[in-house]
Amino acid sequence: MNNQRSFFFNVDWVTVFIYLALCTIGWFNIRAAVFDPAHAGILDFKTDYSKQFWYIIFSLGIGTVILLLESRFIIALSPAFYIISLLLLILVLVIGRNVGGNQAWLSLGGGIRLQPSEFAKFATCLLLARYLSATNVRIAEWRSFFIAVAIIGVPMLLILLQPDMGSTLVFYSLIFVLYREGLSPYFLVISALFIVLFLTSILFTPLYVIAVITALALIIILLFRKNKKLTVTIITGLAICIAFVLSVKFIYNHVLQPHQKVRIDIVLGIKSDLRGKGYNVYQSKIAIGSGKLWGKGYLNGTQTKYSFVPAQSTDFIFCTVGEEWGFAGSGVVLGLYLLLVLRIIFIAERQRSPFSRIYGYGVASIIFFHVFINIATTIGLAPVIGIPLPFISYGGSSLLNFTMLLFVLLKLDSNRMGIV
Amino acid sequence: MNSFFERRYVIAGIFITILVILLARLFYIQIVDNRYAIYANNNVRRQKISNAARGPILDRNGKVLVQNVPFYDIMVTPKQVKPFDTVEFCKLLGIDRAAFDKQWIKAVKYSPYLPSVFEKQLSATTYASLQERLSEFPGFDSTPRYLRTYPDSVAAQFLGYIGEVQDKDIERSGGYYHPGDYIGVTGVEKSYEAVLRGQRGVENLMVDSRNKPKGHYANGLFDTAAVAGQRLTSSLDISIQEFGEKLMQNKEGSIVAIEPSTGEILCYVSSPTYDPNLMVGRERGNNAAKMYANPYNPFFIRPIQAKYPPGSSFKPLSALIALQEGIITPQTTYFCPGYYKAGNRKIPCNNGEAHGLVNLSSAVAKSCNGYFSMVFQKILDHNGTRQTEATFATWRAKVNKFGLGAKLGLDMPGESRGNLPTPLHYDNVYKPGGWHSSTIISLAIGQGELEATPLQMANLECTIANQGYYYKPHLIKAISAQNVIRKEYTERNYVGIDSQYFDPVINGMQAVVDNGTAIRSKIPGIVMCGKTGTAQNSHGEPNSVFVAFAPRDHPKIAIAVIVENSGEGAHWAAPIASFIVEKYLRGSVSQRESGITPEYFMNANKLPDIIPKIRKTVPPPIPPNLKKDSANKANKQRR
Repeated sequence: MNNQRSFFFNVDWVTVFIYLALCTIGWFNIRAAVFDPAHAGILDFKTDYSKQFWYIIFSLGIGTVILLLESRFIIALSPAFYIISLLLLILVLVIGRNVGGNQAWLSLGGGIRLQPSEFAKFATCLLLARYLSATNVRIAEWRSFFIAVAIIGVPMLLILLQPDMGSTLVFYSLIFVLYREGLSPYFLVISALFIVLFLTSILFTPLYVIAVITALALIIILLFRKNKKLTVTIITGLAICIAFVLSVKFIYNHVLQPHQKVRIDIVLGIKSDLRGKGYNVYQSKIAIGSGKLWGKGYLNGTQTKYSFVPAQSTDFIFCTVGEEWGFAGSGVVLGLYLLLVLRIIFIAERQRSPFSRIYGYGVASIIFFHVFINIATTIGLAPVIGIPLPFISYGGSSLLNFTMLLFVLLKLDSNRMGIV
Repeated sequence: MNSFFERRYVIAGIFITILVILLARLFYIQIVDNRYAIYANNNVRRQKISNAARGPILDRNGKVLVQNVPFYDIMVTPKQVKPFDTVEFCKLLGIDRAAFDKQWIKAVKYSPYLPSVFEKQLSATTYASLQERLSEFPGFDSTPRYLRTYPDSVAAQFLGYIGEVQDKDIERSGGYYHPGDYIGVTGVEKSYEAVLRGQRGVENLMVDSRNKPKGHYANGLFDTAAVAGQRLTSSLDISIQEFGEKLMQNKEGSIVAIEPSTGEILCYVSSPTYDPNLMVGRERGNNAAKMYANPYNPFFIRPIQAKYPPGSSFKPLSALIALQEGIITPQTTYFCPGYYKAGNRKIPCNNGEAHGLVNLSSAVAKSCNGYFSMVFQKILDHNGTRQTEATFATWRAKVNKFGLGAKLGLDMPGESRGNLPTPLHYDNVYKPGGWHSSTIISLAIGQGELEATPLQMANLECTIANQGYYYKPHLIKAISAQNVIRKEYTERNYVGIDSQYFDPVINGMQAVVDNGTAIRSKIPGIVMCGKTGTAQNSHGEPNSVFVAFAPRDHPKIAIAVIVENSGEGAHWAAPIASFIVEKYLRGSVSQRESGITPEYFMNANKLPDIIPKIRKTVPPPIPPNLKKDSANKANKQRR
């Protein structure tokens, strides 16, 4: 009895509340996006909103089950989860169903499909936490670093083969976890630097970019010319950067697929193909932009109601939010996400067990990355890479995965006083 | 917790920063940038225009002159088209394969998703056969469009025609017209455009991304229903209009008849004319081109655009001014030796025929050139020959009061002012002071520079019939179902001649018909007062002119008839005028003493020779009764 009471007392109800709020918002917006007066029912499993209703119920069930499990059990099984997810990722490459150019789906029969890459995020997060929480592991050491990178890299590589660029990039967000656990901040800086270099090299002539970074490097060297070690580092870095800049065109033209290239071009404003490749984003921006401050009202969004935005219940669900609820509604949703990730960081930091903390950062990073890329895509700040908006986008796999991700953290957190 | 505890702030900071950037961007596109709301609106909003039915035009007795008939535009939405039997489709549409391909390319170029016109103006009969099979051709659709139809095919120049708006019309209308709309181009259709066109209806529809309609924008708050154009009741009498057009066929010329007590135009014939139905439908362009190429120029609106020397028909006016000024009295006589000598010029009288002693009435009846030359010289010289210029200016102003030399302000575009020479004109031709009454003596008999339109001549007869005033002539007597009459048409325009002076002139004019030059055109039982004219011109035979009004007491109709280059007024214009007058007053044409029949005039061809000559048919032989003595006598008394 006592145990039972303290269990519910210990669950972080703030997070649960945000989770439920986001699921509810999601359900209402999916309904708005694909509303069909002929099938207004929510129980018949015929429309997306009816299906999502059952997905939410099912996810809540799974979430409850997770809360009832032993934490120890989850931790112990994390390698098994990881291996299962790798096997599924290999399986999907062999017998997967191709949806929208990606071989990402496993058909389970009866129209139910599973996306192993979603599960892989969860499993990778768990294993990474388990590895990094081991007492003899220090990320600053090369060996530990490489093993951590391998844990993240293997599923990444398998997903890249599908090729699902969006889900692949999600794994990169785990760099925040490594950083929190002691990875040199240079990795973050270098990551940011390389993104900037990549984009500027596409936008401008590589020669100009090289000229600018060389000039910058020279200024730094001149300012700190007493520091020999820094000079050497800068020169080495400069050489790598120049090599990278020179290879960008090659990567861009030969490694990336044509549709990815076009999507990048559109975000950078190099190309504008409003009726063709740029149609999605253009219509999405129109939907969100036309929402103004208060939005057009529930079920009154013309862009969504009259299907101007493709994929509007999944990757472009934020259009419905922006159009029907306006800046106010968009702000509330963004606020809820910010609250959620900050709350997760807060939860992570209050853990006594390193495993729980590391896992918590993994959850925060993955959710944050999804939110950032998804919303940035809908408003034309990021190229279209097709990742869902957590808890809001339509889709059973995605919802279930995020629910598991979150509820495992809640379970760990509810146990935080115990020794894991 | 470990030693990197403070890194939580870095990570949280990065998360917050990035989400704030997203929020700022949302703020920009949702609040600051207004374009997206407009784009969203453009995406879903489609204006569906329903064209207003144009107002019909009736004749004075309520018979329809022009009304609307539905035509069908075939529309195509290329993306919705599925493979179909093109050969069959072309056959149904009545076009060939090349035209089909051309239209198809045009439609695809316009928009694959939006409907555009594929084939314009299918008649109801063509459409009937296509309609039941239209469902076999998905992507093709039809929209009705109302065009004009003319049940009796009359009064083409009077009614005018409508045509698609030009860019400049659209610009000038301030957005009222849209490309593809129709607008009155000539005639009453043009001058009453604002009344006839009505108000188009606009439906604001919402469409989805596939352009399927999904209901009304803002629940129809901004929708307006089409309001049909107003009905016009014209002053025309369709029976005499039709009769007049028949009488004038194969002749160049004009008939204008006016009701003197109202100024309403009863008959408005411009010959050669055309079937107004030719200016409607798919063959319109070809028909119009043919008519433009026609050397007799059917588009020329002769009643108001053709200028003729009035010839002797001007003489009554000349006499009236002299009477009013007291220069002559009805008793003033003149001995006609067969010519008139003005200075060193000699004006012959009817091929030298001497009229002997004539007074005013008999001068009018016999059309004595000498008498009126004498009158004209008396007028111009009564202030002394040094004052000729000023005296002429006064005289001119008096003539001008009758509506000559100025537009009468008919409710139809294109009116000519005729020509009433100014003193300045003569100053330029001769030199100031270098011209005298004898120099311009031909004005006395309606020749010289003097020119008037048939409308002006008919209006002059109205003034004589009314003994001193006229109503502004007009074509439309009432607007809308409420029969609104413009105020300007109810005001009398006085010409400055006292009514007492009209009797002697009218006596003369009655004599013209009773026993004068126009005796052959005498209508049994109706007293018609008229004046023949045989106006010389440079194009060959003289123009045959006749002006008249009838009956003498309480005149009901005033008329001017001109048959170009046909000969003498008594021969052509006067009989035609008499038929119209009788038909109008009596409803039918009775047997004439002179034996003239309408059929003879209908069949006569007096079209001038133009090489290559078209439409000239062999003129029927002159009926033998015309060659009888009485007719010959009348011939001799011409003018």
